[in-house]
Amino acid sequence: MDYQFPSLPYAFNALEPHIDAQTMEIHYTKHHKTYFDKFVAAIKETESNGKSLEEIFANVSKLPMAVRNHGGGLYNHTMFWESMSPNGGGVPAGKLSDAINAMYGSFEDFKTKFNDAAANRFGSGWAWLSVKADNSLCVCSSANQDNPLMDTSDCPATPILGLDVWEHAYYLKFQNRRPEYISAFWNVVNWEVIEARYNSIVK
Amino acid sequence: MKKILVYFVVLMAIPFALKAQQEPFHKFAPLPYAYDALEPYIDKMTMEIHYDKHHRAYYNNFMAAVKGTELEKTPMLSIFATISTQPAAIRNNAGGYWNHEMFWNCMKPNGGGAPTGKLGEAITSTFGSFDNFKKQFAEAGVKRFGSGWVWLVVGKDGKLFISSTANQDNPLMNIAEQPGTPVFCLDVWEHAYYLKYQNKRGDYINAWWNAVNWDFAQKLYAEALEKK
Repeated sequence: MDYQFPSLPYAFNALEPHIDAQTMEIHYTKHHKTYFDKFVAAIKETESNGKSLEEIFANVSKLPMAVRNHGGGLYNHTMFWESMSPNGGGVPAGKLSDAINAMYGSFEDFKTKFNDAAANRFGSGWAWLSVKADNSLCVCSSANQDNPLMDTSDCPATPILGLDVWEHAYYLKFQNRRPEYISAFWNVVNWEVIEARYNSIVK
Repeated sequence: MKKILVYFVVLMAIPFALKAQQEPFHKFAPLPYAYDALEPYIDKMTMEIHYDKHHRAYYNNFMAAVKGTELEKTPMLSIFATISTQPAAIRNNAGGYWNHEMFWNCMKPNGGGAPTGKLGEAITSTFGSFDNFKKQFAEAGVKRFGSGWVWLVVGKDGKLFISSTANQDNPLMNIAEQPGTPVFCLDVWEHAYYLKYQNKRGDYINAWWNAVNWDFAQKLYAEALEKK
């Protein structure tokens, strides 16, 4: 397969005031695009060229660091854009809502756990809500551009919601105040997409 | 009369003794210049947030993490030498506290230029030329994936080398892949440059050479060699 740089599913300013237009533009056109370009260059040098990102991640410990870093950066950001929407926010419904309540007690308790994972990730990384092999939910975080699909992960699972906590994701608007960025993020989460991901995994 | 005099002296000494008791062993040093002193290379807003928010938070979190333990009065170098036995909160915040203090001193207003003296000679003989050193150092900064630091280090053999570390680790820590005594450093966390340079880390590093304080690096280099 040919690797495609995905289009952003909304305008740069669509998530204002929660995520600012300048951050979105640089994040997508510079950071994400650079990960894409460097991943394409790195994967060409391997026998995994053409494989899906999921297949590559399942074997990433045997591939060069550039594949891990930039492949992660490509996949994580694509998923991140799709996880947000100008009409986002609110709470999940359906089977996902039931699973969150069963696992964490309440949506608020889940948010607290996810917020802690995002705030406590030291340095650059991501916070995740994922579905494990036994279909149970888990919250964890990963360093840099790693994700739970990678065979290097200490919380192996299929992610359905990811939050970027690299400083580039929030520094222009929030500077050192990462918790404020995390709070703002909940206003743009696209729960319909997260639910659809969940349903397709546990069906 | 003599007795009264002794009482008097003791009484006078109490405030000083109390002050010494209150003064923490690990101190949060003032920034050695004004926030706007490194303009236009490092902007005022970045300096202010970097020092007053990031650096201060590392210091405060470090102090909270060591409170009531013997680390409260243990020199930083000794803490780093046994850091593998400490929890992540101490490793991360001790590194953040110490690294930033060194970083502020590695810069000064009207800085830049090239090192002279023994450090200048050692850089030339190790890296071929000052320009080659700059190239390798900048490359290490651009290539550090995620958050971290670049270091010019004196190894156990007294020779210079360039290394980079993740997050707030440093070459003094016993977990360092390339241990040694750092004499010069560069912060490549995004918070060090994002407000002015955004994704262009290379531009930040290019500009930073204009603000570096070679006198400080010289001093650390001389001290490192003395310890050999």
